[in-house]
Amino acid sequence: MSAYLLLEDGERFDGEAVGAEGITTGEVVFTTGMSGYQESMTDPSFARQLITFTTVHVGNYGVSEAAWESDRVHAAGAIMREAVNTTDAPGAEQGWLDWLAAEGVPGIAGVDTRSLVRHIRSAGAMRGGIFPARLNPADAMDLVRAEPSMVGRDLAREVGVTEPRAYGPEGGLRIVALDTGIKRSIVRNFVERGVRLELHPCTTPAGELLAGDPDGFFLVPGPGDPAALDYLVDTIRALLVRKPVFGICLGHQLLSRAAGLDTFKLPFGHRGANHPVKDLATGRIAITSQNHGFAVSGTPGSRIDSDLGAAELTHVNLYDGTVEGFRLLDVPAACVQYHPEAGPGPNDSLGLFDTFIGEFDRAA
Amino acid sequence: MPRRDDLQKILVLGSGPIVIGQAAEFDYSGAQACKVLLEEGYEVVLVNSNPATIMTDPEFATATYVEPLLPGPVAQVIERERPDALLPTLGGQTALNLAKTLHEDGTLERFGVELIGATYDAICRAEDRELFDATMREAGLRTARNTIATDLGQARAALDAFGLPLIVRPAFTLGGRGGGIARSEADFERIVAGGLAASPIGQVLIDESVLGWGEFELEVMRDSADNVVVVCSIENVDPMGVHTGDSVTVAPQQTLTDRQYQVLRDHAIAVIRAVGVETGGSNVQFAVNPATDDVVVIEMNPRVSRSSALASKATGFPIAKIAARLAVGYRLDEIDNDITKRTPASFEPVLDYAVVKWPRFAFEKFPGVDSGLSTHMKSVGEVMAIGRTFRQAFAKAMRSREVDAPVDLSGDLLARLEHPSADRFDLILELLGRGVAEEEIRARTGIDLWFLRQLRELDDAFAGERTYRAVDTCAAEFEAETPYFYSAWERPPVRTEIERGDRPSVMILGSGPNRIGQGIEFDYCCVHAAMTVRESGRDAVMVNCNPETVSTDYDTSDRLYFEPLTLEDVLAIVDVEQPEGVVVQFGGQTPLKLAAGLEAAGVPLLGTQPEAIDLAEDRGRFSRLLGELGLRVPPYATAHSAEEALAAAPGIGWPLLVRPSYVLGGRAMEIVYDPEGLADYLRRVNGSGREIFLDRFLENAIEVDVDAICDGEDVWIGGVMQHVEEAGIHSGDSACVLPPHSLGSEMLGEIREATRRIALALGTVGLINVQYGVLGDDLYVIEANPRASRTVPFVSKATGVPLAKLACRVMLGERLASLNLPADPCGDHVSVKEAVLPFDRFAGADALLGPEMRSTGEVMGVAADFPAAFAKAQAAAGARLPGSGAVFLTVTDTDKSAVMGIAAQLYDLGFRIVATRGTAAAISRMGIPVEPLNKIGEGSPHVLDWIESGDVTLVINTPTGTAARTDGYEIRRAAIARGIPCITTIAGGMAATRAIAAGRVGEPAVVSLQELHARGVAHAFPANAASQVQGTQR
Repeated sequence: MSAYLLLEDGERFDGEAVGAEGITTGEVVFTTGMSGYQESMTDPSFARQLITFTTVHVGNYGVSEAAWESDRVHAAGAIMREAVNTTDAPGAEQGWLDWLAAEGVPGIAGVDTRSLVRHIRSAGAMRGGIFPARLNPADAMDLVRAEPSMVGRDLAREVGVTEPRAYGPEGGLRIVALDTGIKRSIVRNFVERGVRLELHPCTTPAGELLAGDPDGFFLVPGPGDPAALDYLVDTIRALLVRKPVFGICLGHQLLSRAAGLDTFKLPFGHRGANHPVKDLATGRIAITSQNHGFAVSGTPGSRIDSDLGAAELTHVNLYDGTVEGFRLLDVPAACVQYHPEAGPGPNDSLGLFDTFIGEFDRAA
Repeated sequence: MPRRDDLQKILVLGSGPIVIGQAAEFDYSGAQACKVLLEEGYEVVLVNSNPATIMTDPEFATATYVEPLLPGPVAQVIERERPDALLPTLGGQTALNLAKTLHEDGTLERFGVELIGATYDAICRAEDRELFDATMREAGLRTARNTIATDLGQARAALDAFGLPLIVRPAFTLGGRGGGIARSEADFERIVAGGLAASPIGQVLIDESVLGWGEFELEVMRDSADNVVVVCSIENVDPMGVHTGDSVTVAPQQTLTDRQYQVLRDHAIAVIRAVGVETGGSNVQFAVNPATDDVVVIEMNPRVSRSSALASKATGFPIAKIAARLAVGYRLDEIDNDITKRTPASFEPVLDYAVVKWPRFAFEKFPGVDSGLSTHMKSVGEVMAIGRTFRQAFAKAMRSREVDAPVDLSGDLLARLEHPSADRFDLILELLGRGVAEEEIRARTGIDLWFLRQLRELDDAFAGERTYRAVDTCAAEFEAETPYFYSAWERPPVRTEIERGDRPSVMILGSGPNRIGQGIEFDYCCVHAAMTVRESGRDAVMVNCNPETVSTDYDTSDRLYFEPLTLEDVLAIVDVEQPEGVVVQFGGQTPLKLAAGLEAAGVPLLGTQPEAIDLAEDRGRFSRLLGELGLRVPPYATAHSAEEALAAAPGIGWPLLVRPSYVLGGRAMEIVYDPEGLADYLRRVNGSGREIFLDRFLENAIEVDVDAICDGEDVWIGGVMQHVEEAGIHSGDSACVLPPHSLGSEMLGEIREATRRIALALGTVGLINVQYGVLGDDLYVIEANPRASRTVPFVSKATGVPLAKLACRVMLGERLASLNLPADPCGDHVSVKEAVLPFDRFAGADALLGPEMRSTGEVMGVAADFPAAFAKAQAAAGARLPGSGAVFLTVTDTDKSAVMGIAAQLYDLGFRIVATRGTAAAISRMGIPVEPLNKIGEGSPHVLDWIESGDVTLVINTPTGTAARTDGYEIRRAAIARGIPCITTIAGGMAATRAIAAGRVGEPAVVSLQELHARGVAHAFPANAASQVQGTQR
């Protein structure tokens, strides 16, 4: 069945409908990762986004339980050049297209994804939708325009837990995560290191969180605009003076905002598994997994007087010079923009979990 | 850390002649590295014996030594040049082994030369199997269970421990030479024995079998700050069991999950760290059992490789260039990504297309050899294709191969698939077309079902409309500055990416996959054409599909189209580019085959027009033309049937040189001595009723090759070369000498004049090559080809005059008269080109020279006189002439008088002379002590026992006609198996004898091309070399 992708600026790309039947809208973004399609689709940070896979062939090795990054598909749709429904690959528990259908997620294949990416690269990530060919484009455009803009959007509360949940053994470090859209890879990395990780709804007040007297707080990734999460920023400020706080991705943006830094929307985001990030203290470069549409303003390498005392912008993205890490110098708090947990992507930065845990330990 | 300022002069080693397993990719890598080091302000000293390389162009180094890649000559270069460092990671296994030896023999220490790129210890950890296994174990990685054997007894113990099948690989050999898969005990013993002999350290590795597992390669780079990136993943469509060089491969990998891939990535990084390659690139090979997630590290190369060249072309990430910068101190983040110009090299390329590599085989050249594929590489070249999908890339790669013969689709195809062969994918496509299930094919080949399902839909590959897409390293995330394109079929309306600009462009058609008869020499010419076009202020547009080459480096042209060289594909590019002209005369037969079609489509061709090429190739018209010019040709006839051929033969006179029309590299060309021989030939070759040429064969004639340039009015002779072997040996396989060593000035004058007349009469604009036979005082024209020849790079290196560039300028409209060319550019020195033959790679092949070309590459020796130059060339070709020992002589009756002189001279030089009875009788009549040997049929100890015992250091064996072949065949095979120089012509024997005599005076002095070209021989050769000249019969 024919389908088309319509962007809010009127650009149209044709293809064939795959996955679930129906219409979907969201922000059209692209990821350059060459594997890990299932991980991406289930990553909460992709909520309300249509993922364009720049890699050509998607679905080759099927889907499996092990590759879920959360308990549901968060992306609103998949845009692909080539898609297959391999069901019998070693390790495949289901075919990719069957899975999309079963999860109710529409996709479109046969799209000239490269031209689409070139368009997004110059015009910026924008709203769009996948529509069956029979739907007239004017009606489709109304649906695209009805989709709220990503700027100013609070999606964190849509994707996180609604009730507290805990993972890992008791008796060791106890870390509380404010769940704005955690990934299983993050949970796994803490649990494997003997940490008990407690997830709390991101709207939980600071007092309630502190009452449990955990060893520290972890700020996790998630979708949407960090500028729309001032309630979380307030929570974090309240936590910071008492306990160590570390964070990843959206967590990094929130911690930075708590220190008084601004965030802004990147033209087309950073999504992929090949971004070089340099740790300015050591000079070491990590190839990182990335998935963010917003970034922290500032000059990497600079020391600043933040609202929370002296601070340092510790990491830089070597592609575009944006801030990739932040650290407060007077209190134990630091964060990175990239995804050390991988899933999907390179494992270069897994050691960061040891660093985090070491610092929690020292403070405990 | 930025550039190292403590280094001033860096020695780079090339990889020598093109051989199976070590081809043009090292010219690509080495040329990139030299360019980078010069740009960085270092002095570069280069040693490479291969004149057909771009890297040995004098402008690519401060001092270029076309000398044998052996410890002696390289030590001499080091002593003369005193480099601060040696970069050994760009010249393949040859350079790495040589660097290791130079460390071990103390040369590097003595002259204070630092190994950069890879340390001695790192080389040992990667190359010594035992050390490698231990290193991997320490890093927590698994290698296949294996053991090292240095004799058959140890090998048998492994057999008992691991069971069959087993993989046997000799240590320190190229492309797994001498290895194989043993499925039976008999196989096992045979392969082990061969492997022990092939390994320079007499060691084989016996591996537990991972046959049928997935095979993956990762290209890793590391800098001095320990930053590591994985440039590319390559998946072999053929599972473990077929050498990766013979496998069809795809990039990026297609069948692993993200987790499985990240495990390989982590392993690859752990491997480069454990081996200790501190700066540069490495290739790590893995076997993966996708069902169990088991991963085994197969091997790592601590250097750039065939795969790294492929990965560079596949991703746009120039591994060799960056490796060279890393070796001199830069960190990855201090180097720009060439393609985007604004992002650093410390990243991992991402692909929004698929890349497929196909090997190119040449089994048709070696009748009787085992054409099955295994762990021992047999392909002679490769093609790469880029497509928006795997199917597009695969189909484009298939049509890029230029396969000459239709594939045999007879018999039980499924059964044939059980033994991998060169045509396995043709069989698979046929079977899929017949409706055979993918599972059936998988059961026999182990090929992943994903690939097989893609192949079933191959016909849909080109749905949509053709457009061009850029290779940009980043899947369009950033704007690309470097225009490197491939054709893609997309759903219309297509959006084009090409920005053509306003400058006029000239399109150069490359030579496609390397194969025997069409190799790197043509790529060299195409690269020179591109340089010249750029210098003229036009855009050079390159079209080629060979990933090994310099021509497909995006730096070589203004726009590179990585495309198949078919008429349809080329015309589509012409549509986009609207070039001022197309150059077809530099890429060998591949572009020439397209000339007529391009002309018919109204595409302007630069230089010599197709009509002239037709005229030269049409025997009748060409002979008439020569007649009008007062030139002689050997008597000939053209036949269209066996009857016609047999009837025409007596009128021409025996012996005959017979061949089908329009052949490359002497395909199916033979000499026949009588009607029976002719009838036999016709039965074998003329099955399809093709046109057959019969020429009188000029037995014992001296063959001469001339390369010249013509602008339509004037002709300039670039070089006259005399072949060492007499007529009848394909010119590509014959050693040749420039200037001629035994032609009088009158004959040379006649040759020059004949060349001038032919070039003008054909209407040549550009290069022309004419081959002559000189029989007594008579000059015969054998053939003329108004296009670039295989000898153009050799002549250019020998004379310092860049023929291809000059020819290209003429084709762009300049006149010879305005180019200020020297009348005779030869100088006083002597240059010898020697062919390098792949017989040692093909068990069962007869190591015999003949009219059909079989060499894969060439080397050059330069010296003050012919014997010294010949000795250098022999040494460079891997057949270093002995200084002592026993020489074994066996020659046909017609050569018996000639062999006496050789025997006498060698005896005087201190050699023991051994010979078969007939030859021995002739020699002893001269009063030379000779030990007669039994022929093989006469019982032990016979010839083979002698050769195998290692007592014989040189074999001279001349076969003529069909007689005496059986023993000769065994003798030659045994000699080649033991690496003993084996000379099959009397002329070659004489040259060798003179060279051995010259070698007695001392190791010939090394000399750089820059010295030769700038100052001439008197200055280039120091005084001790002058005494050599006096000491030999010049």
